[in-house]
Amino acid sequence: MNDLVLSRRSFTQGLGIVVATFAWTARSAIGQAPANLPFSLRNNRKLEGWIRLESDNSVVIFTGKAELGQGILTALAQIAAEELDVEFDKIQMMSADTTHGPDEQYTFGSQSVEQSGTAIRAAGAEARAVLLAAAARRFGVQEAQLIAAAGSIVAPDGRRATYWQIASEQPEILRREIAANVAPKRPADYRIIGQSIERIDLPAKLTGRASYVQDMRLPGMIFARVVRPPRYGTKLLALDETAARSAAGLVAVIRDGNFLAVAAEREEQAIAARNALASGARWSDGGISLPDMSKLPEELRQFRSETSVVGTAGQSEPAPSGAKRISAEYTRSYVSHGSIGPSCAVALLRDGHMTVWSHTQGAFPLRGDLAKALGMQNTEVDVIHAPGAGCYGHNGADDAALDAAVVARAVPGRPVKLQWMRDDEFAWSPLGPAMTTKVEAAVSSEGRIVDWSYDVWSNSHAMRPGQAGGVNLLAAWDLNVPFAKSPPPRIPQPFGDGDRNAVPPYELPRKEIRNHLLLDTPIRNGSFRTLGAHGNVFAIESFMDELAEAAGLDPVAFRLAHLKDPRARAVIEAAAATAGWSAGAKGHGQRGRGFAYSRYKTIGMYAAVVVDVNIDRNSGIVRVPRVVIAADIGSVVNPDGARNQLEGGIVQAVSVTLKEQVTFDRRQIASRDWAGYPILTFPEVPSIEVALMNRGDPSLGAGEGSLAPTSAALANAFAHATGRRLRLLPMTPERVKAALA
Amino acid sequence: MPTRIIVNDETRLVDAAPDTPLLYVLRNDLGLNGPKFGCGLGQCGACAAIVGGNLVRTCATPLGNVGNDPVTTLEGLGSAERPHALQKAFIAEQAAQCGYCTSGIIMAAKVLLDRNRNPSDEEIKDVLADHLCRCGVHNRVIRAVRRAAAELAR
Repeated sequence: MNDLVLSRRSFTQGLGIVVATFAWTARSAIGQAPANLPFSLRNNRKLEGWIRLESDNSVVIFTGKAELGQGILTALAQIAAEELDVEFDKIQMMSADTTHGPDEQYTFGSQSVEQSGTAIRAAGAEARAVLLAAAARRFGVQEAQLIAAAGSIVAPDGRRATYWQIASEQPEILRREIAANVAPKRPADYRIIGQSIERIDLPAKLTGRASYVQDMRLPGMIFARVVRPPRYGTKLLALDETAARSAAGLVAVIRDGNFLAVAAEREEQAIAARNALASGARWSDGGISLPDMSKLPEELRQFRSETSVVGTAGQSEPAPSGAKRISAEYTRSYVSHGSIGPSCAVALLRDGHMTVWSHTQGAFPLRGDLAKALGMQNTEVDVIHAPGAGCYGHNGADDAALDAAVVARAVPGRPVKLQWMRDDEFAWSPLGPAMTTKVEAAVSSEGRIVDWSYDVWSNSHAMRPGQAGGVNLLAAWDLNVPFAKSPPPRIPQPFGDGDRNAVPPYELPRKEIRNHLLLDTPIRNGSFRTLGAHGNVFAIESFMDELAEAAGLDPVAFRLAHLKDPRARAVIEAAAATAGWSAGAKGHGQRGRGFAYSRYKTIGMYAAVVVDVNIDRNSGIVRVPRVVIAADIGSVVNPDGARNQLEGGIVQAVSVTLKEQVTFDRRQIASRDWAGYPILTFPEVPSIEVALMNRGDPSLGAGEGSLAPTSAALANAFAHATGRRLRLLPMTPERVKAALA
Repeated sequence: MPTRIIVNDETRLVDAAPDTPLLYVLRNDLGLNGPKFGCGLGQCGACAAIVGGNLVRTCATPLGNVGNDPVTTLEGLGSAERPHALQKAFIAEQAAQCGYCTSGIIMAAKVLLDRNRNPSDEEIKDVLADHLCRCGVHNRVIRAVRRAAAELAR
């Protein structure tokens, strides 16, 4: 189905075959938004902007969120089918696309079910109510006497009308402002929400139908590659294009300032021309001096920074005396998204209009930055989402979109497919910033934390395109007339940036949490799944175990003693029960078990994780045979989809914790292929058990909340097994051996 | 001079240089989507296809080396309408998130099942040890391969 939509609509649209048949205004100016209007409806008020009844008896649902492999289109289709009372297979999903909207900004932060789901729920309930009212008039009966099911409305006397019949007679019926005053279904009445419906996009993807931006083929399309500088901050001194110009199939060599690219008739010809052009480029010796990897915590703390207190309590009184005080430092290295498919985009400049197909997480914000960088108006640029490989945050997707557009500008009328090579992705996409933290706390003789002091140093994890004050796209900084980077936004708690989850979830009578936003950015920084939550929860939850040990208490009991929230307590108890947690169990030298808890973003999903480890003390290799998670994500739209996300996060966290760090010397990134950036492999992946609490509370996104507590529980398991603690990630064999020596 | 290769049971003539990596021939000359560009270095497995009964990294296999060996890609196993047991099993287990690595993994599993009708979990993991998956669906993949093996044995 997804494949069909792509091939019929999106893939042809750039060629001027616009299938959409209705006039569109993405941002409605009509009417005053009602109070408490769901977030995504505030700027997208037209009902028909979310829901259209098609003449082929299907329903098209428009969302501003994008399928990143997380299954969001399936979950949103379930919500739509549920509220509309139509069969699930009647739903077709159209995702993030500036040619029609809605504009829901970015697909990030585990917010798609919360934002788009809430909007589609409200729109679906309202569309159903509008159709019921129309049927009531048609049949001359009260609405309450009508039954809506499977896209039909039935009167008591058996007369019936399908939604599509009503819409064909009243084509204006959904062309109205959303009032958001229709109560959605009660969860007790759900038939489709809560079912583990199979992903709508997987049959196409698993049988090789064109599903990805990489699979797009437009008539006359050419292939492009970029030639990036060898390292950050170096300038192009001279360029000998001779070899590239004589490469077979060459269509164009593009040079704009320090930006270099080639285009050729065939893909392998573009790669050969790229290599030829790279060998003809002479770059300045200078560049940006990178931190000393072997002294990462000290290096980070020397960056220029902006400090703010992001959490405080009880500071008017002095810290109690007589309590046991301990302190520790924790550090996480720079991490790469490691998308299996390097970033790719297709761009076409035709009749002064630039259309870009991209696996971006934010089609609308990207459009704005593309327009700025290209010197075009927003209305002259469109961005259409097409799936790529999983991104896990802000990878090179947006950068590749501008790269492709700059090439397309040089060859008007010809579609350009530009894909990064593996080394482009590792060396140039934004990285999850390194983070270092210092925590000091006091625990009373009764085993209560009486004081807590915390500092986190980190670059911003939020450097996406679409932010004020500049252009956050790689090529834009290299153009002959370059653009400045946008400064990092200041994201307040509870979301936070590097300080996401820096405020502990525990009841602490006296605490102060300081965020040191690092302003020097020698290494390109961006959003990696969970932003700062990973480093902060690793620190806080490691330290909770250190405090429990100092107090002589079991880690699970110690956490429960500092938590009142019944949902937090419930996941902790469920994880402990599922794993068979046994208080006071001793580590074994090689085997151990660790626990951690967090509530993602402070207001998101709850998770408690138990990790088992096996340690080979000779090789220093740590294996994780088993992970148990208990998660509360509120109302569950698709249990298997949620499990898949939680499992994936656990595997990624084990990988990050044990193996992952982007390596560099003082001049340049050294991790440029998979040998230089190993990730967890099939033989190393743990078995995973998921206990999903199912509550009627509003849905909380499941995409990110399992990662951070998994890392912390793994570190705690290592300490439990060995009596030694690793406070620097990743836990490489060398560090393990050093810790055990 | 065009090169003749057999892909998914059809003989195809390809007008590409013999040193062209098979990956680009499959994707761009023959319009196949299964094999994906992942690294171009033979490290990740996203481009894997079956050539002459063996799993190969098509990013590192020149067209000229293929000869008469039949090439099978994901498309050659089955379609959305008539999926192969492996494709059905991967759907049943929802053994994909983004799905970008999955074609190579399914092809590796096909070669495994052709040689070993009832592989253990350890054997499955070993065969897939050099196929990278970043979404973390490894356990589902193992279940899917087992499920396909069971169906093929029926």
